[in-house]
Amino acid sequence: MKDNLRLLVNPAACTGHGNCAELLPELITLDEWGYPLLPEGGVPAGLSRQARRAARDCPALALMISGEAREEHSEETQKFRRRPA
Amino acid sequence: MSVGYLAAAGTPRVTPPPGLPRLIPADCAAGPEADHGFGQQSLAGHLARLGPLTYPARPGGLIAEAEAAGLTGRGGAAFPVHRKLAAVAGQARERRRAVVVANGAEGEPASGKDAALLWGAPHLVLDGLQLVAQATGATEAFLYSRRGEELSRRLLGALRQRAAAGLDRVQVELVQAPDAFLAGEESALVSWLNGGPARPAFKQPPVWQRGVAGLPTLVQNVETLAHLALIARFGAGWFRAEGTPAEPGTMLVTVHRADGGSYITETGVGTPLAALLPAELGAPGARTAPDASGGIQAVLAGGYHGAWLDPGRAAGLTLSNASLRPAGAFAGAGVLAALPVGRCGLAETARVGRYLALESAGQCGPCFNGLPHIAGALDELAGPRPRRQALADVQRWAGLVAGRGACHHPDGFVRFVRSALSVFRAELDAHGRGRCTATDPAPFLPVPAGAPTGS
Repeated sequence: MKDNLRLLVNPAACTGHGNCAELLPELITLDEWGYPLLPEGGVPAGLSRQARRAARDCPALALMISGEAREEHSEETQKFRRRPA
Repeated sequence: MSVGYLAAAGTPRVTPPPGLPRLIPADCAAGPEADHGFGQQSLAGHLARLGPLTYPARPGGLIAEAEAAGLTGRGGAAFPVHRKLAAVAGQARERRRAVVVANGAEGEPASGKDAALLWGAPHLVLDGLQLVAQATGATEAFLYSRRGEELSRRLLGALRQRAAAGLDRVQVELVQAPDAFLAGEESALVSWLNGGPARPAFKQPPVWQRGVAGLPTLVQNVETLAHLALIARFGAGWFRAEGTPAEPGTMLVTVHRADGGSYITETGVGTPLAALLPAELGAPGARTAPDASGGIQAVLAGGYHGAWLDPGRAAGLTLSNASLRPAGAFAGAGVLAALPVGRCGLAETARVGRYLALESAGQCGPCFNGLPHIAGALDELAGPRPRRQALADVQRWAGLVAGRGACHHPDGFVRFVRSALSVFRAELDAHGRGRCTATDPAPFLPVPAGAPTGS
């Protein structure tokens, strides 16, 4: 079976914990400020379990597997408060 | 193509404005004093010049006409208007509600064309907003304008005139944008209208699915809406009489001349840059050496997310993405600036870079770490005898921030900075030897005084 998982990070939510690079060092490295550098291509089938775990365990809920977006964690408010002009 | 517009009964048919300009008169100013000669600030003047707004006779008419016209967004991204319209209309059919927003935030300090349009022809923008509201089935409409008490008063007056005349099908609420470079970024705008900070969001789901109040939301630049108001009246064929087949129509531009003056005008897409900066780049076609005749050392195209161009190269380019993209720039929101000799291009880039770093929304690690680091290294490069490492640092950090933000701010910043390192190579060498070729230390490119941090 071909595995087409892709890793995706919400850069506005990522706080640079670095857990993902520890859990998935084969695919994720950190830049000099501690933020993850993701692979260009997809996740090799042999690493899909670890990739899912890295996404699940992201403390900022910023790491995602594409197509499995965690909308429920979006920080954007859905409350509609109007601003007067 | 014809989609069969219904002319309102009993109104005289108005002939389309011949040639240019279409939206606002040439060389207009962005300010309250400017009636711009067209007399369009009042509803009566607007109707006298262009006639009443006509809605498409059949559903989907505006979308088809926008597609036939080849209209793209004039806020900078040049996204095809009909695709956004169709996407929001499709969502609205399912959800029974949608929101449309006229985006006049114009956070780019070097641009004044949206303000000029809102001052000079507010009803053209408001006509366009009604058209897209109808085309998408929107139930709420917003006019998101640059902050300013006098402009707001004027726009509220325009809305009241329309209400009194019973013109509008959807009521429009005026909202003032905060003074921030990113205030007009689509998701930042949506966040602000939702009562949050004007900061870009990670766009998932996109705003055309879930934007203002969680509803499908269409955000269009005010100039784009003004073009739609004319396309609805005079048709796609008329619109295509200007511009190029690939990039039809006209666009408003803000041009900063080498002498320090600036002007706003409307021009066909594909106009030679030399026609917009004749003193600096030589008349189009004339093979003069721009350096000798115009006294400039670079042209900035596309504003502060755009790119510096060598004058010799700029003299052969046109204001279109087809011409500018291969040169690493883009037409964007139509900002051009000619940097005169005697100014330091590196100092200009460092000053604007510092401003852009402060305008980061501060959300994404690579952006809020990388931009200030790059700005600091640019400051060093703008001074005497920078360390070799400073240039290497800028290049490495530029690679680390590009493509890693929730919005395109780091990408645009990097485009601007990298183009400077290429176009101002000779100046970099001079600084390395402890010399600066500038004779005038006064700042050239506009940056707001006491620029806010944007959050």
